[in-house]
Amino acid sequence: MLDLSDYGTSGFFQILKRRHPELLATFTASDGASNAPVTEASFRHYEATTVLAVVYNAGVVMAGDRQATEGYQVGERRIQKVYPVDRHSAIAVAGAAGPCIEMAKLFQVEIEFYEKTEGVSLSLEGQANFLSHLVRSNLGLAMQGLIVLPLFAGYDLKRQRGRIFKYDAIGGRYEEDDYYAIGSGGKDARTTLKKRYTPEIDRQRALEIVAEAIWDAADEDIATGGPDLIRKIFPTLYTVTEEGVAEVPETAVEVLYNDLISRL
Amino acid sequence: MSTPYYVSPEQIRQDKEDFVSRGIAQAKEVVVLEYRDGLLMVAENPRKTTFKISEIYDRIALAAAGRIAEYEILRVVGIRESEVKGFRYYREDVTAKWLTNLYSQHMGAVAQAWDAKPLEIELLVCELGVTDAPANSELRNNQIYHIAFDGIYSEEEKYAVIGGRATAITEILEQRYTDGLEMSAALQLVTQTFRTIEADAADDYQINPQTIEVACLEQTAERRKFRRLSTDEVTTLLD
Repeated sequence: MLDLSDYGTSGFFQILKRRHPELLATFTASDGASNAPVTEASFRHYEATTVLAVVYNAGVVMAGDRQATEGYQVGERRIQKVYPVDRHSAIAVAGAAGPCIEMAKLFQVEIEFYEKTEGVSLSLEGQANFLSHLVRSNLGLAMQGLIVLPLFAGYDLKRQRGRIFKYDAIGGRYEEDDYYAIGSGGKDARTTLKKRYTPEIDRQRALEIVAEAIWDAADEDIATGGPDLIRKIFPTLYTVTEEGVAEVPETAVEVLYNDLISRL
Repeated sequence: MSTPYYVSPEQIRQDKEDFVSRGIAQAKEVVVLEYRDGLLMVAENPRKTTFKISEIYDRIALAAAGRIAEYEILRVVGIRESEVKGFRYYREDVTAKWLTNLYSQHMGAVAQAWDAKPLEIELLVCELGVTDAPANSELRNNQIYHIAFDGIYSEEEKYAVIGGRATAITEILEQRYTDGLEMSAALQLVTQTFRTIEADAADDYQINPQTIEVACLEQTAERRKFRRLSTDEVTTLLD
């Protein structure tokens, strides 16, 4: 007979922890090894990325570069760092690629599981809070340098606006009102956004400054990939509005970069 | 020492079947049928937030007739098991056939347990075919599995009905159903069938967008094929 005992009490993450811990190796393997020394370098080293989000008048743009870095080498040129979560939210990740992808997937399933079992979507605030728990559960691995830092953004249906949440390594959750960028190129991207951002910008302008911010980050940071015009690999851009999450088509991103380059 | 009563296995089974069919006879019907873009599911259900048709996984929906409390827990467990399987392997590996077996084993075990009441429900597990699956693959076609209270299940084609008057409704569909219906035509076919069945019933019988629950699995959707139709949308389709 099916085990019906956890009806109504559990989210997906909790169910995996209790019933299938082997599927959560990433988030539980760290228990025995968390005494490993923490160095400044181990925290910095693995956030080789630039992902960012910008609020605009109809919602929020979320974007990420495509490069995965292994030490001083390019590990992967087409990796995806931005993932739609539900109809009104998206997550971007910076950190060690394996645990990052795992966390994004787990988070997405958790939110969808909630929606299907409850019959309503989890509120944006609720999603942001749950992500805190997920980041905190990765603390052991983070202490060894396998850090996962997400950036979370969505359209808040109740408040009728785009919102951005950033996290620290122990799951602290902080809301940003207008824009934010994380990863090794995050600071460079933020500098561009600081200069270019104005409140209530429209979609086109938001896409332009996002494209420019990734360009500048890739220019300064060796671990961030800019547009690859030869292989036609471009950063991924998503918009999240009341209508839902939509990926900006690659052709449109190419146009954004061609315009940007012509202005340089 | 007193001698225990002997009851034959046939008798036990018959008793349980009688018990359940008295319950199911009261249950409002759910109809699932193929239409041009997928599978349409329609239930008589005036409730606004308690559903008989629901999303399980990307291409899979569950419809139930009978006691809601008994079906609700199976719905949630179905979602749980599907998500775990999809997380462990790959989303495409979650199939209606697998889920049907899971439900079937559970319902059969409950029905056979000497100290448990059989579940007074019937289920339809529906899966949308994968249009780009290989030509000879069983995944290509829409699948509808009908599971009875005792876990015995059957594969249905094109349409299936559960609930009290399932047999009568099926007879009407046999005459009226045609392939490739538009969604509106398919929905109207179901509501007309409900009306025909209710022709002898009281005058105040109503079938309108407020009294039915409609959902579909549609090929045109992205990953999640399930969609619940709003009352407004149903009104438009019935016009």
